[in-house]
Formats: sequence, structure tokens, C-alpha cells
Amino acid sequence: MYPPQVTNNRGNPLTLSELSPGQSAIVNEVIGDDSLACRLMEMGILDGEPIDVIGRAPMGDPTEYALRGYRISLRRNESDRVRVSLAS
Amino acid sequence: MSTRRSGSIEKSVALIGNPNTGKSSLFNALCGTSARVGNYPGVTVEQKVGRLVGSEPPIEIIDLPGTYSLAARSADEAVTIDVLCGSQKGVAKPDAIVVIVDATNLERNLYLLSQVIEFELPVLMVFNMWDRVQEQGHQIDVAALSNRIGVPILCTSASKRVGIEQVRQAIIALTNGEIKAVDSLKAARSSFPGSFLAESESLANKLASNGTPMPQIEVDRMLIDKDGHFQTKVSKAGMLEIVKEIEQARLRLESVQCKIPLFETKHRYGWVRQQIAGLVERPPANRVNSSDRIDRWLTHRWIGMAFFVLLMFLIFQSITLVAKWPMGWIETAQSWAQGVTEQWIAPGAMRSLLSDGVIAGIGAVLIFLPQIAILFLFIAILEDCGYMSRAAFVVDKMMSTIGLSGRSFLPLMSSFACAVPGIMATRTIESVKDRMVTILIAPLMSCSARLPVYILLVSAFVPDQTYLGGWLSLQGAVLFAMHGVGAVVAIPTAWFLRKFFFPGEASTFLMELHSYKWPSWFVLFQRVRERVVAFVSRAGTLIFCTSILVWAAGYFPGDHQALKLAQSQLESLTAKGDTSDQQAIDEATASINAARRKLIDGSFLGMAGKSIEPLVKPLGWDWKIGVAAIASFPAREVIISTLGTIYSLGSGEDESSDSLKDQMRAERWPDGRPVYSLATALSIMVFFALCAQCSATLMTIGRETNSWKWPVFSFVYMTALAYAGAWLTFTLATWFGMGS
Repeated sequence: MYPPQVTNNRGNPLTLSELSPGQSAIVNEVIGDDSLACRLMEMGILDGEPIDVIGRAPMGDPTEYALRGYRISLRRNESDRVRVSLAS
Repeated sequence: MSTRRSGSIEKSVALIGNPNTGKSSLFNALCGTSARVGNYPGVTVEQKVGRLVGSEPPIEIIDLPGTYSLAARSADEAVTIDVLCGSQKGVAKPDAIVVIVDATNLERNLYLLSQVIEFELPVLMVFNMWDRVQEQGHQIDVAALSNRIGVPILCTSASKRVGIEQVRQAIIALTNGEIKAVDSLKAARSSFPGSFLAESESLANKLASNGTPMPQIEVDRMLIDKDGHFQTKVSKAGMLEIVKEIEQARLRLESVQCKIPLFETKHRYGWVRQQIAGLVERPPANRVNSSDRIDRWLTHRWIGMAFFVLLMFLIFQSITLVAKWPMGWIETAQSWAQGVTEQWIAPGAMRSLLSDGVIAGIGAVLIFLPQIAILFLFIAILEDCGYMSRAAFVVDKMMSTIGLSGRSFLPLMSSFACAVPGIMATRTIESVKDRMVTILIAPLMSCSARLPVYILLVSAFVPDQTYLGGWLSLQGAVLFAMHGVGAVVAIPTAWFLRKFFFPGEASTFLMELHSYKWPSWFVLFQRVRERVVAFVSRAGTLIFCTSILVWAAGYFPGDHQALKLAQSQLESLTAKGDTSDQQAIDEATASINAARRKLIDGSFLGMAGKSIEPLVKPLGWDWKIGVAAIASFPAREVIISTLGTIYSLGSGEDESSDSLKDQMRAERWPDGRPVYSLATALSIMVFFALCAQCSATLMTIGRETNSWKWPVFSFVYMTALAYAGAWLTFTLATWFGMGS
């Protein structure tokens, strides 16, 4: 159903929180079915959507992302819930 | 602009849209001055209604809270669905819905539209911020899009008042039945999996046969939103078999690959893409734009932080500096009014009530108005230009260590000027728990009303020493430290409240960062006006009433003959313009002061003070300080005028008055020791830093939390904290030899 799983260097699936500013990725899925997952999906974070890392806040968290033509700020515990693969 | 109210409201129209789409600007433009702000009964959600300008019969406009989706998780969203379904108490089901859309961000905004059209009401879509759509080079075939979705679309720039008249006309047409609801076959729901539609229908039938029918749209939400508003409602009503049925239905759907809640968002975004396919051309979606470039600086690791600190510093400087002039005018007007009263009314209870009670009470309220107006102007500018969400972004990490989020920062920062607007500003916090904690710690921030108290005590009792070649003064350092006391105590308090009173998952931040824009004058004016009116009418009536109560407690019982006599004597002396008889004037003044002193001793306030002396003695206070502290519970700055009165100087002494300072330095315990030592002064200041001595703040907490429980809680915890803090300060200071 999803593109082949991409893994990070520890062998776990790559998540949005592991990307650095300037990197681009494609969303694979949002993990979980709780209200946070639901909110992320409602904001348009759905499989197949391109997402770019714009920059981090001065203390390293949260991070600003660009998707669907707008900007969103996610904390690390939120971006942890988004599995991605790097855009080629 | 007509503001007359003729007959009853017959039709109503709901305004709905994502946050920051300019919904409030449109609402204000449509309703003019008829807008009323209140709370929905029983919940802490703000209700804004107004009458459409020039509508006959009148059409009521309901401004619903900004929301991204109708999934009912927060109180705001639940109220929104209840209003649209007609099940919200006190609000009639709307006859039509206007959806406001930020057309520069069509996809996410149309997601909400896809949910709204399922209410089967006539819908009008407004593409707001149309000027920015053109600037940014979006191409939208509006006519074709309107045709495809089946909803009329108008383009506006509400903050510039462009396109408002067309919207007004369209709303009238909407309620006349000239526009029909969208065919349900065209709605996104028709593309939902058959298995879901069947489950939803069977659940609706079960509810109907149970004697509790619900609209299909609520049944859908009940199935999709796990532990959402409607599921909670059903389980609270004790319909356990329905709750069981919901859970089983979800399991059955799971087994046929209909993932909840994923399928809904997927189908809706799919529907949105279908609608806009071929009709919308936008600049490359995630291209770096000028707003991003500004952001790289304003959220930069060092520059961003420095800019933020500098901006806050400038705001607070200008609040104190700019507000000084209008505050001076208000003071002048107040003393002029008191002068007029004293000229026209003979000494006695009536004069005292008007001059010391009514005029002094109103003046005490109005004196804060310039600060509040300036603070809200700054907040409105920062919000409207888009920096506010960046400020939250920058400080979020810091706030998360005490369990809050960046959104709590600005309300807390505002509370350094005054907790009343600070608490009102917590409305922007989405999480109820975060909002409650923020409201409860906001009064700990050192507000501007504490400043006169600090200045009086610091200048009287802290040695005037300088260090580092005159660059660092001890008095200045103590003043600064006093401002920090509340904020430092707030950190463990917030952590404690979050842990024990509002436990639960870490708050989420998930926030949209809008692109920067120039603020609109209409919006700024409207925001400031709204808040100023709210402050004067609500907090104003209360400070005013408590001032009268304090006046009465300090005036009654007691025989005022001697005072009246002395006052008439003095007036007849000064009225003659005969200043040569200085001795007689001095004598009359002295007898007025003596009479005042005797009266306050024997008043209810004085009796209360003496009875509480054992309580305040451990803090290093005598009964007079105790009384002044009690009298300043309605408003903390009252302590200065109360101390002035008590030390027989007559009220109206201000903080720079040397004679009050001298009088305080001269005060002695019965055994001859001075009452005021450095330890006592510090203990008073710490008490004032931590105590909830502000009835306006407590009233605002009551209104914002819709319960009397929380103001009582704030009052109790802050008073306890203040007492403990003052005791600790006095004990430690005495230990270090500052007790004499």
C-alpha cells in the first residue's frame, strides 16, 4: 500500500523529526489513531504529500515545515509521528 | 449605519472558517457596531453575535470560533457543531452558513468546506484576502469552481473593506431561499466507503429506535472521533449499549480496511483535489518566499532570540513611557472632579462618598485604560502581521519545560503590564488545560499596579548605594528583583498545577505559521476598541463597587462631627484667600488629620486591623500595615492611599511624597523600636508580589473560566503563597541582621 519502507541508520523507519532543515521528503503515513494523529492528518499530512523542512526554533524545537503551500510548526513529539521517505 | 433593533430576529446565518482567515474582520464589517460578545451558556466558548447592517427583517450573524475541522475534540469545535445542528442551548439553528476561506491556502481551507456542506444548509463561500491571492500570483477560475462545487463564491479583502456589500447582499439572498443547499450526491461523504455509510445508518436507526434520534452528521462524527464530543455525550447520558455499539462498529470497519480516522481525511482531501483540479494554478507549493526569508532572521538561533527580547523590552518601555501622559490627564481630571465636588457639597458623608468613593473609584479604574489600550494595540499589531505565532515558535521549548506551550507566553508577558488583559489573551490557547494553568499563574506576574508599592518601600528603606562606579544601584537591583519574584515562583506553581490539577498528555503545539503581512487599520482599531470597552464595562463596574465598599468600611461607624467642623474651618480660612494666617491653617490641618486618625481607628477597617494583628505580627507588620494590606485586596495600589490616611496625612499621598516616607520611618512599636526595618519592607514587598490583591483580576478569572471556583482557588493559593513568602522573607532577613 505504501512505498517501500525507508529506514534510518538504526534500522527504524525514517520519521519527519530526523530530517534537517533544507531536506525534502514524501509523507508515508501518520502513526496512530489518537487525536494528535487525527489533527496532523486534518492539516493535510497524508501519504504521498511532499513536505519540506524550513527551519528550527532557536532552541532546536519546534521545527517549521512547508506543505500544501503553507507553513506549519511541529514539536519533536509531533513530527515523530510522521513516517517519511526522502524525496529524490 | 443602522443600529436600531426592530422586532425579533427571524433569520440567522453562521460564519465559519479556519483560524486567521480574516473572519473577525468580515464579521465586524458586516455587523458594524451591533456586535455583542458573551459566552455560550455552560461552556467557556466565546459567543459573538451581531445584526447584519441594513437587514429588514433583521438577520442575525453568529461568528463561530475559528477551526480547521469539525472533528469535535475541543470545546470550540463541539459548540460549532452543536450550533450548526441547532442543538446548542439558547441559539436557534442557523438558516444558512457562510464559509470564509483563505484563498492563498485553498486545499486546507476547502477541507472544512467539505464538512460544512454536509449540514445540508444553503452555503456561501467567501474567498477572503483576495488582494494577497493576486499579489502572490495564484490563478483561480472562481466561476468554474463555484459551478463545480455547487456553492456561490465571492471574493473579498475584508481588512480593506473590499467586497463587503456583495457579501451582505448575498447573505440576504441566502436567507430568502434563493440559494439551495448543495446536493448531497456532490458532497465528499458520497465518496466514503459503503461499509462506513452502512454502519453510520444502522447506528442512526438504533439511536432513533432508542428514542434519541440524532442528525446523520452527528452520528458520523460519533463513529469517527474516538472519545470525541458526541461519544462522551452519549456515554454521559448512560446509553451504554450505544457506546458498545460504536466500539463494535469501529472494529468491524477496521476489519474491512476502513481505517478510522484516516479514511475521512483521505477522502476529503481527495474530494478537495478533485474540485480544484484544472481550475487552480498556484506558485510552486513549497517554494521559498519573502515571508520565509524574513523568518530565517526572526527565528534565527541568536538573532531571532535577540530580536524577541529587544521587541518585548521596547513594548514594555513604551507602555510605561507613552501611557504616562494620558495617565497624567486622567489624574488631573480626577482631582478637578474632586475639587468641584468639594466646592459644591458641604463636608459630610455625601461629599466623602462622592469624592473618596465614587470619583476615586472611577479614577482608579480609568488610570489603567491607557496601558491596556497600548498593550492591546501592540498585541493586535503583532498578531495581525504574523509575528505572534513566531514569538510562540521561538519560546515554545522554554515553556514546554514547565508543561506549557509557546502560546502561553504572550498572555504571561502581557500580565507584566496588567493581568486582566493577560488573562483575556489566553483565549488564543487551544488546549483547555494549558489555558487554565496560564490563567492561574498570570496574576503572579508583577503587574504595573505593584510598581508604586515597590517604589515607595524601596526608596524609603533600601540604602541608596551604588556599585561598579555608579552603574549599578542597590535600589534599582531590588526593584528588578521584586519584578522577578512572581515569575520565579510561577515556574514551580505551573509545574505543580499541571501535574496535580490538570494532568494529562503533554500539550501539543501544532500551529500554522502564516506568512507576514502589513496589519490593517480596521483590524487594529476594532481589536483595541473591543478590549477597551470590555475592560471599562466589566472590570470597571467591579473596581468601582469595591472602592465604595472600602470607603464605607473606613468611614463607618464613627462620629464625623469633629472632622466636619475642622474641614469647614479650613475651607473658610482658605476661601478668604488669607494665607497670612498660616498658623490657623496649620492648626486646622492638624485637627483634620487627628480627626481622620481617630475615625479610622474606630472604623470597621480599624477594628478588623486590630483583630488581625496577631496574624500579621510574624510577618513583621503592625496593625496599620495589616489594615492597609486588607484595604488593598480590591486593588493593590490602594495601600499607598490607605497608609497615607492611616498615618493621619489624609488620603491622596502619592509614592514620591517625602512626608509619607518620613512618617513611615518615624513609626514606632510600643517598646520604641521602629516598625519599619529593611526586613519588614522586604516582607511587605514579597507579600504584594505574590498576593491576589486585585478584584478585577479575580472577576476576569471568573468570567473566563465560567465558574466562581477558580477565582476562589486563585485567591486562596496566592494569599497562602504570599503569607508564606512574606514570613520566610522576614525570618531570613532578620537572621541576616536586617531586622533593625
